[in-house]
Amino acid sequence: MNRRLRWRKFVSAFMLSLTGVCAVVAVSVLFLILSYLVFHGGTSVSWSFFTKLPAPVGEAGGGMANAIVGSAKLLLLAMLIGVPVGFFGAIYLAEFSGSATAFVVRYAADLLNGVPSIVMGIFAYSLAVLPFKHFSTFAGGFALGLMMIPITLRSTEEFLRSVPASLREGAMALGASKWKTIATVIVPSAYRGILTTILLAFARIAGETAPLLFTALGNRFWSSGWSQPTASLPVAIYNYAISPYEDWHRQAWAAGLVLLGLILVINIVARGVLARGISVSRS
Amino acid sequence: MHASVRPAVSVNLPPSGTNAAARESEAALSMRMTISKVNFFYGSKQTLFDISMGIATNKVTALIGPSGCGKSTLLRTLNRMHETVRGARLEGEILLDGKNILGQDVTSLRRRVGMVFQRPNPFPKSIFDNVAYGPRINGSKTPIAECVEKSLRRAALWDEVKDQLHKSAYELSGGQQQRLCIARALAVDPEVLLLDEPCSALDPISTAKIEELLVQLRDLCTIVTVTHNMQQAARVSDFTAFLLIGQLIEFSPTPQLFTMPSDPRTEAYITGRFG
Repeated sequence: MNRRLRWRKFVSAFMLSLTGVCAVVAVSVLFLILSYLVFHGGTSVSWSFFTKLPAPVGEAGGGMANAIVGSAKLLLLAMLIGVPVGFFGAIYLAEFSGSATAFVVRYAADLLNGVPSIVMGIFAYSLAVLPFKHFSTFAGGFALGLMMIPITLRSTEEFLRSVPASLREGAMALGASKWKTIATVIVPSAYRGILTTILLAFARIAGETAPLLFTALGNRFWSSGWSQPTASLPVAIYNYAISPYEDWHRQAWAAGLVLLGLILVINIVARGVLARGISVSRS
Repeated sequence: MHASVRPAVSVNLPPSGTNAAARESEAALSMRMTISKVNFFYGSKQTLFDISMGIATNKVTALIGPSGCGKSTLLRTLNRMHETVRGARLEGEILLDGKNILGQDVTSLRRRVGMVFQRPNPFPKSIFDNVAYGPRINGSKTPIAECVEKSLRRAALWDEVKDQLHKSAYELSGGQQQRLCIARALAVDPEVLLLDEPCSALDPISTAKIEELLVQLRDLCTIVTVTHNMQQAARVSDFTAFLLIGQLIEFSPTPQLFTMPSDPRTEAYITGRFG
């Protein structure tokens, strides 16, 4: 009996430590990455990193201004595609479609969300690169935009659905048409959630590399236009990291730090927006 | 107009108050709305059976009955709010000023027949914007601020909120929120105001205020209220309709229904034997 009790205590203690260790591992990965990035790249994050073009091989210094601007352009394009399609699609799904249609669309969006990003890249390549015979900023933004659609669609729909039916009825009983109700009551009630969704989708695609590899390609110089290849932070990290040069490795670390910092800031802002609550009281 | 559609007004039994009774017996009641032979279905389940009644102009008509008797359903057909529910189907005729509402444009119908719901449902906007919502979407001609003040005064809320019009409507108490919803409905000058158990989520003091308000509002518009509180129906209404499992059992002037009900089921209900 005594042995049995000791065995039970041992199992209990073992399981407790196991779960604790797993939790610590999960959290520490983020901090490990962060400290690693700061340690290796921190010194290279300087003013010139943000303002200068990459230096030629062998020459010290230089920056990633073109990649930062390129990423901004790509993300802008992605937002222009992903946000409206996701947002209006969600409105249709939440407000107009029958349950069968909604089920199919939702299921398709979930599958699309699970499509590997490299496959998205190939798809965008065959649609937006091959016909024009050259890589372009447009193609990169298109690929990222496609990735954004299912994320914004699904979460926006959830937030629209969470608006109480009593508000819909209140507006309709005042003679508001369905569209008026959506535009003046439902969307304003859910806007915080929708904004958060968009920010999180943005953060999610900001670090995507695979879809850009054969769409926006990359560029050592300033991109000469929207229809030309452009540098971007994730692809620059990739190219610099696989290079044999010590100096480039440091730059890659720095770019990683900048990118992660950006995503972290967006996440914090998004949580801040959401923490103030959905403006509808759910009494 | 069907004879059966009018409430049974008799000279011996005044509908409400002595003054009203005097006026009543002289002028024939005019009907703002007429419900005739209404049958209602949710999918294949019928919830209203062959209901015919009239809603008298500038009077308060109360619908009473136990839970699930169809009183809210009947109320919601009067401005076609039932259409927001999938699978709802209405047969019969409902006239507003002599015209069938079922063939009309639903948004303009709802401007004429306003509604206040069981739970206060202010929009997540300021007090001002809540009241201004209706006039704004309907393109009112009078200045919005004027209209907001007038509606808040009519809803007896103006004095309490005049210094905080730009605060969120959620900062008001439940009773104030419900009066805000009434003000919001009044802001579009409806001919008929429907109230779906407007006091069931409120405390007794707020309830008393709303009841007082209903009696005053009678001069502005025709009122139909659903209540499960019989005392409330007796206090505020001129006519009372008693419904049971989707059927209209009795429809009479309120004093008559509560003192000399003609149907044994009505008597059983108002004396508290069921419901």
